[in-house]
Amino acid sequence: MSISPLSRRGFLNGTAAVAAAATLPRFAMAASHAPLTVGFIYVGPKDDFGYNQAHAEGAAAVKLMAGVTVVEEENVAETIDVQKSMESMINFDDAKLLFPTSFGYFNPHVLETAPKHPDVRFQHAAGLWTDGMPANIGSYFGYIGMGQYLNGITAGHATKTKKIGFVAAKPIPQVLLNINSFLLGARQVDPEITCQVIFTGEWSLAVKEAEATNALADAGCDVITCHVDGPKVVMETAAGRDCFVCGYHANQSPLAPEKYLTGAEWNWAGVYTGMVQSVLDGGTIDNFVRGGLADGFIKMSPLGPAVSEAARVQFEATKADIMKGGFAAIKGPLSDNKGNVIAAAGQSFVEDDIALESMDYLVEGVIGSTS
Amino acid sequence: MRVSQTSAPAARPTLGLGLAVVARRTEAVVLPLGALLVGFAVFSVFLLLQGKSPAEFFSLVYRGGFGSAFSWQNTLSRAAPLLLAALCVALPARLGLVVIGGEGAIVLGGVGAGFAGALLGGAPAMVALPLMLICAMLIGAVWIGAVGALRHFRGVNETIASLLMAYIAIALMNHLVEGPLRDPESLNKPSTAPLEEALRVGNIPGWDVHWGLAFGVLCCVLAWVLIDKTTWGFAARIAGGNMRAAQVQGLPVGWLVVGFTALGGAFAGMAGFFEVAAVHGSANASLAGGYGYTGILIAFLARHNPLAIIPVAILLAGFEASSGLVQRRMDLPDATVLVLQGFVFMSILISETLYGRFKAFAPERWGST
Repeated sequence: MSISPLSRRGFLNGTAAVAAAATLPRFAMAASHAPLTVGFIYVGPKDDFGYNQAHAEGAAAVKLMAGVTVVEEENVAETIDVQKSMESMINFDDAKLLFPTSFGYFNPHVLETAPKHPDVRFQHAAGLWTDGMPANIGSYFGYIGMGQYLNGITAGHATKTKKIGFVAAKPIPQVLLNINSFLLGARQVDPEITCQVIFTGEWSLAVKEAEATNALADAGCDVITCHVDGPKVVMETAAGRDCFVCGYHANQSPLAPEKYLTGAEWNWAGVYTGMVQSVLDGGTIDNFVRGGLADGFIKMSPLGPAVSEAARVQFEATKADIMKGGFAAIKGPLSDNKGNVIAAAGQSFVEDDIALESMDYLVEGVIGSTS
Repeated sequence: MRVSQTSAPAARPTLGLGLAVVARRTEAVVLPLGALLVGFAVFSVFLLLQGKSPAEFFSLVYRGGFGSAFSWQNTLSRAAPLLLAALCVALPARLGLVVIGGEGAIVLGGVGAGFAGALLGGAPAMVALPLMLICAMLIGAVWIGAVGALRHFRGVNETIASLLMAYIAIALMNHLVEGPLRDPESLNKPSTAPLEEALRVGNIPGWDVHWGLAFGVLCCVLAWVLIDKTTWGFAARIAGGNMRAAQVQGLPVGWLVVGFTALGGAFAGMAGFFEVAAVHGSANASLAGGYGYTGILIAFLARHNPLAIIPVAILLAGFEASSGLVQRRMDLPDATVLVLQGFVFMSILISETLYGRFKAFAPERWGST
């Protein structure tokens, strides 16, 4: 190495290079090794044992893929915050594929942001993409009601009081379908079983979730499940009251290993890696995607130690039925709990029936009201 | 909280009144800025304990909040509702009232605007928008004005009353948007009927920031004029200094209390109007976004001076705008920015006890030893 006289210009070039070297490597590497940046946005904490954790587990699987950089943000409100978080990922991280995962992000936030960024793909969980919406938006979801139906079968075998309980956030179609499926699953075991539901009114409100769980236990429910963002409080409270529990969103068995029967889980890892792979391959993703157990969109937690042999046999048989496709939990003759006919004898709503996505009733046997 | 320095000792005639005023104004700027820096310093220690670089943190905050046109628009979009929410705290504070329930007026104002907008479908925007705005402001004014009335006529503590009423407001909003006012088409996110495109408030031309920002700044200026330049504001400051003395002087204390709380509530209701008309397009549970609570922090940091609310709101909005970038680049949880806000808030509150303690800001004591 020779030492040359240092000119002012050379010095400036040198310092500029050092400065550039100090700031650039991360971005330069990102540019050369990661042609695709994928952004995930969660409405709550990503370790909530629930909705957000299920999505974060999917993101973690995407992280392991070659040629992909994952950026994540948690606790992003369904306000202008999420619009700006998405645009920040586009502006600062050059994200080309976004997964804003909360239902409330869809309208208006995703719908308004997507047209401004036509080269970015917005994949939204649970939204209802319809013709006429921007083509760079996709919506996807899974028939997790089937998971609650299978939960119901284990619950039907486990209950001694013939009363099972459901802690629910809001009386909206997705939640109502889960409640109804849970009871109808249990009634496959014993048609005398009833299910009491308590709505907390909020997606995440630990105090009310605990109160609701205790109230259900006080009312004699001895198997409890839920549909709130983070089932942790419900699981721990119910197990503390010596009730059996069925999980939802993610695997909650570590919270109550002895009392956990099974759980209806999202399987976003498979779904997300598939979607990211098709973008990497230059392919397209359909604007409207739905899938169930057979498609790998949902999965069941491993059966817990409290599940009896009879329960296991019926659980596996029903699961095999569902895997064949065309399964209907909602089928006639069926009335709602106010006496209105939902399905006449012979009529059924198969799992992928779009009518189920606007459900507004609780079936006969559910104790509770939608309003 | 400290509202005014009415009992400050008279400046020595030889030094002149002007110097004393300048010194006190300087104190009012230097102390909060110093407290801000102390807050940053304590937070830096916190970051170091976590093994993270404070320099990287603050450079990301700058980049995410203020470093580019996008960052500024991100920051200003978030500042818009905060300006109005902070006024809901600052105005009653001039009367010595600590009102912390502005969130309630925001959500109910938003529901009012959404409902009015749904009723006024088909009406020209020039008619419908002002009506929606008035509806939102009236609801906000009644909601927070009721807190003032409870305080003045029944002696109910306004802090507790406003906080509890905020919970009632959110429950009421949930009931309304999930029940009587629900658009049956809003399946999984119960909302009022979507506003027609003509009834949506757009962006300030050339910016990706909605008109709520301009209204927020305007309202801050108007509130400052009201407090600093009118006899009502003067009367309010007197009452804030000593309620009993104001009563003895014959000031209409009851009207002042109800009027100032109602005005603050009207501003919060306006924030709800912009959330619905400019951001959400309908009223739903997303209205409870916590702006009312951030507004408390801003008003206290601004020492309840409406003009100071503008820069403070922009600063805090900038923190929030950068929080995503901080999460993504430094792998810090989103609560990091809340921790920073907490340190700054504590630091500013502690600095309140320092007013009048530094001789440098008290010309009348310069001669003494």
